[in-house]
Amino acid sequence: MATQSVWRPNIKELARRELKTRPVESGHRLCAGCGAGIIIRQIAMAARKSIVWINATGCVEVATTIFPYTSWNVPWAHNAFENAAAVASGVEAARKKLSRVGRFANDPDVELDYDIVVLGGDGGTYDIGIQSISGAFERRHKFMYVLYDNEAYMNTGIQRSGGTPFGARTTTTPVGKVIKGKPLFKKPIMDIIVAHQIPYAATISSAYWNDAIAKLRKGFEADGPAFIHAFSTCPLGWGSAPEDTVKIMRLAVETCVFPLYEVTNREYRLTGPSISIAKNPARKKPIEEYLKLQGRFRHMFKPENKWMIDKFQGWIDKQWEALLKRAGY
Amino acid sequence: MQDYGEQAMMALNGDEAVAWAVKQSNVDVVAAYPITPQTIIVEKISEFIHNGEVDLEFVKVESEHSALSASWGAALAGARAFTATAANGLALMWEILYIVASTRTPVVMTVANRALSAPINIHNDHSDSMGARDSGWIQIYSEDAQEAYDNTIMAFRIAEEAMLPVMITLDGFTISHTLQNVSVLPDEAISNFVGIREIPRIKLPEIHGEKEVPLMLNPKYPVSIGPLDLYDYYFEHKVQQNEAMKASIPVIEKAHKEYGEISGRSYEPVHMIPYRTEDADVVILGLSSAMSVVKKVVDQLREDGKKVGAIRLRVFRPFPADIIRKELSGLTAVGVLDRSLSFGAEGGPVALEVRSALYSSLSKPAVYNYIYGLGGRELSPKLIAKAFNELLEVKVEPENPTVKYLGVRE
Repeated sequence: MATQSVWRPNIKELARRELKTRPVESGHRLCAGCGAGIIIRQIAMAARKSIVWINATGCVEVATTIFPYTSWNVPWAHNAFENAAAVASGVEAARKKLSRVGRFANDPDVELDYDIVVLGGDGGTYDIGIQSISGAFERRHKFMYVLYDNEAYMNTGIQRSGGTPFGARTTTTPVGKVIKGKPLFKKPIMDIIVAHQIPYAATISSAYWNDAIAKLRKGFEADGPAFIHAFSTCPLGWGSAPEDTVKIMRLAVETCVFPLYEVTNREYRLTGPSISIAKNPARKKPIEEYLKLQGRFRHMFKPENKWMIDKFQGWIDKQWEALLKRAGY
Repeated sequence: MQDYGEQAMMALNGDEAVAWAVKQSNVDVVAAYPITPQTIIVEKISEFIHNGEVDLEFVKVESEHSALSASWGAALAGARAFTATAANGLALMWEILYIVASTRTPVVMTVANRALSAPINIHNDHSDSMGARDSGWIQIYSEDAQEAYDNTIMAFRIAEEAMLPVMITLDGFTISHTLQNVSVLPDEAISNFVGIREIPRIKLPEIHGEKEVPLMLNPKYPVSIGPLDLYDYYFEHKVQQNEAMKASIPVIEKAHKEYGEISGRSYEPVHMIPYRTEDADVVILGLSSAMSVVKKVVDQLREDGKKVGAIRLRVFRPFPADIIRKELSGLTAVGVLDRSLSFGAEGGPVALEVRSALYSSLSKPAVYNYIYGLGGRELSPKLIAKAFNELLEVKVEPENPTVKYLGVRE
């Protein structure tokens, strides 16, 4: 089994850290109930030193930076949609070289001792950005890639992505008379990432803040690239109530739609409630409890579409069983 | 002025000459992907690194798109960054070319000019860099391996002072793979000429104490680079960017002058170099290595008493319209060589610009455009002589076709 993190987040300490390290100021334009805002704060709470943020094109970029304003209190750069991991590769290479030769050693205005975080949505990660991520991970650049997965292209108007789940209604997988929602399943992004044999990969749900922050810290401390798959509720795209954001994040874990685990040097380990579900399968909730809070799945509850819920449940069960096997259950 | 001693005469091909320039220019990060005929640049740089002859980080990226993206990241993090590419590689960078230029990031890139697909063809023409002419990069075209070396070195000075990316081109194979004598300056001379990259400083807003701080990814003084910018500011930013391009003209001239002082090669008058044009009636203007052949033909025709000359354009962006207008006004005819097509346009990119610059001249020459050498097709002295003779007999008649192909089967 992988070793446990030594660093245990303490909620009072985190609250203090957040005030000090707050990366994004209030007044940004993320929607009420957006999961990404919570994830950003949790990343900062887990920081061990200063952070340089690289952002792929997406909701977070658009909602935090409309010129001449910026919400960012930390160095932040956005280039394009598909290349955030490549940009981070360059930043890391520069930091390495400049630190090695002590370029700014005598300049009190420059700090080179920082961690690099890349923030990308599901479009920028599952789809258009997969190549640059794969390349950067093969080259072993030291940065943490955080995927905030809201399961569609929300910024451009809720089009389906490789991360969109089965059955979900999006603007390019509408619920029509013949085809109802997305007919395909979600791409197994974690499997693809883990195949790169990077030192650390984990899934997080912000509802389990201590689990999330401990994993983010491990990502920062990893000896090489780290990948965090963060589940990110999107009230706008999912048709959910803003106040249900965290509840949905919790239900995703409790139904095994989004199990919590980490992979340290190819070794799988379940974490948080996913452990208790593994030990006591009766605790695994049916996916209806997760689906029913979201408008994007509403059509699946019509009697004639019940097969969709069954099909989705069947797929989830299989994914979960495969994960259990890998994690040694 | 400091005496650095003798320049070393080396037998190098154009790619190797560029690699030498990179090795000597205190480059911190190279990010590149192999593509013919640029490959020797990245091979040679790798050799230098593996033999401990240079200390730089070489990010061996998985595509040209990532090559330029990583160069951008490196430059923002405070490094001097270099990349190299050709043809389809440059086409793949297209999106990022604009972003690098529009964020005023001083990346230097060498392009070993090669024809764009399809059909796939690895040989020289200018369709790649001409396709990038509107992307906001300074473009300087090299005539030979020596100039590829010199231009690459000067590019770092120009890019960092103008805060604009610079593209140095050399003709694929004709220069990139052809062994030539190249004078290489001592390491120290180049190191002192380019210095260590200086980070531009920006003034903090008053509430933060009016301090000048480095403009880079730096936790001490955070900046947001690459924000969303809508119709209320975007237009002004684009105009400023265009102004920056114009403002780079004296920066380019200064770098050449100072480089001339240490190397003896200043390529004056920098933007375009006239050859035997003083009393010429007819001139052929073009870019890069083909102009070596044109100059030979000028010599031959001059022996026959024909008043011909040549102009080699070096700096294509920013386009030296005023200088072109001054130099070409009063001539009888100008033949403009283009090694690429602008499909559906009234001529190749160079001809379009030259003709446009001459429009406001009161004594404009006839402008004929010769498209030549696509996909590496040879441009023989015979063909050039044919063009000159045509221009010497030119009659300005509107029904004459002004765009012609040189060396194409009919």
